[in-house]
Amino acid sequence: MSHKAPVTPATPYTFPTSRAAQITFALLAVYVAYALTQLDVSLERVQQGLAHSSRFLGRMIPPNFARAELLWKGLAESLQIAVLASALGIVLALPFGLLGARNLMPPWVSWPARLIVVLARSFHPVVVAILFVKAVGFGALAGILALTVASIGFIGKLFTEAIEEVSIKQVEAVRATGAPFMSVLAFGVLPQVFSRFIGFATYQLDSNLRNSTMVGIVGAGGIGGTLFAAFQRFDYDFVSAILLSIIALIMAGEVLATAVRRVFIDNATLRQLFRRGSPSHDRPLDDD
Amino acid sequence: MSEALIIRRLSKAYVPGKPVLHDIDVAIAAEGITAIIGPSGTGKSTLIRCINRLVEPTAGEILFDGLDLARLSGVALRHARRQIGMMFQEYNLVERLTVMENLLCGRLGYVSPGRAWRRKFPSADIERAQSLLDTVGLAGFANRRADALSGGQRQRVGIARAVMQEPRLMLADEPTSSLDPKTSVEIMELLAGVARSHRIPVLINMHDVALARRFADRILGMAGGRIVFDDAPAALSDTMLKQIYGGEDWLH
Repeated sequence: MSHKAPVTPATPYTFPTSRAAQITFALLAVYVAYALTQLDVSLERVQQGLAHSSRFLGRMIPPNFARAELLWKGLAESLQIAVLASALGIVLALPFGLLGARNLMPPWVSWPARLIVVLARSFHPVVVAILFVKAVGFGALAGILALTVASIGFIGKLFTEAIEEVSIKQVEAVRATGAPFMSVLAFGVLPQVFSRFIGFATYQLDSNLRNSTMVGIVGAGGIGGTLFAAFQRFDYDFVSAILLSIIALIMAGEVLATAVRRVFIDNATLRQLFRRGSPSHDRPLDDD
Repeated sequence: MSEALIIRRLSKAYVPGKPVLHDIDVAIAAEGITAIIGPSGTGKSTLIRCINRLVEPTAGEILFDGLDLARLSGVALRHARRQIGMMFQEYNLVERLTVMENLLCGRLGYVSPGRAWRRKFPSADIERAQSLLDTVGLAGFANRRADALSGGQRQRVGIARAVMQEPRLMLADEPTSSLDPKTSVEIMELLAGVARSHRIPVLINMHDVALARRFADRILGMAGGRIVFDDAPAALSDTMLKQIYGGEDWLH
């Protein structure tokens, strides 16, 4: 080894910006300016818009809950769409998620499974909802099917990734006992991914609740249809009542999801669930 | 004494043309502890793992119970694996399962998947698991989760899980390499006890030559993917160790 440190020439500037980065920023700025002129975005339009929106917001207050029955019916339908789509989506995403895992499945199984999951994820739920409205007609069924497809696409991918990250050593040990494949899944794989699966499933329920308030806009059932109709009739006070109810629904969903997580992941009892205070930490802290 | 396991011309190459094991020929007696020593990367683990096919052999025969393990697949392979208990350097317990569930993993080859999913194990299996926990010194730990145990406790569960299989051959891949010296001796004593009481052959990979000398009935020395020494511990001279591990500075 040489003991003489190589003499490096003094750099003129410590943090030089690369030529490529400078060009990229310049091009980006040009495109932003171009897009603004193309889309007719101007200061006058923003000013006009602000005036419109203040009038619009004024008409939203106070919210009008007079048509409570219609509101309830829409909310209940949205909730049903979300719960059914989540249940169906999770049940279907489990096999696809497993079949797509490259550490457990041969490529000729995993690639088709991954392709199906990618296809299910390629369109926004509203686009899928439009397709199902055309296929099965207006109503909640189209919404359920659309959100089921979205659920498969989303949690199918997350399930696959969770399974691909399991410790193969634990799986190997169970396999070495001569356990059949389904038992290896039950004892070697599922324990490692279960808590993450519950997390994904509750997250998907949350997401489906949100989306179920929207698919109604294209006629796929739920509160969205009511909301859209109220907008078109300029019933802005009813619109604000619907928006507040949706916020309440989403918050209720959040509470529900937290409870589900506590039951399955922290093994909380029903009594603990209704007791106030933070969950106890008798598990190792590195437990996710 | 008849042989329980006969390995003939076993080769394994992870990369074609670069074999890790060269034509291994060895026969393991129906009882007793055989220790395999040798430097890291010489194919000890590969040899052990070829036997229960966690690693696929490239060529050769592994005769056990009248069957060539190297050629089995599907149900036949699973049935052969049921008879072979295995211990791992890093214990390989299922971390999020309880100690009891980890022990019952040893019975999965005998219980239908449907019953396994519902945790419906025969009560005889559960009683046996409880008494095995007593034997390995973990009475009262049945409902503890595996990730809450220390290394020594985990390896005790590892032994118990393998013994739950009622194995007719026990493989151990560096079972003491992650443990402190005192715990290592305790684990080896348990393993020697299993070999005696069940009258089964035990094949162990080890790094600790002193421990191998103390517990093994027979020592196989491996170097460069070949068996270069095969004799009783007493015959293992310093000259021989130099040949197995290379160099001599480490001996003094």
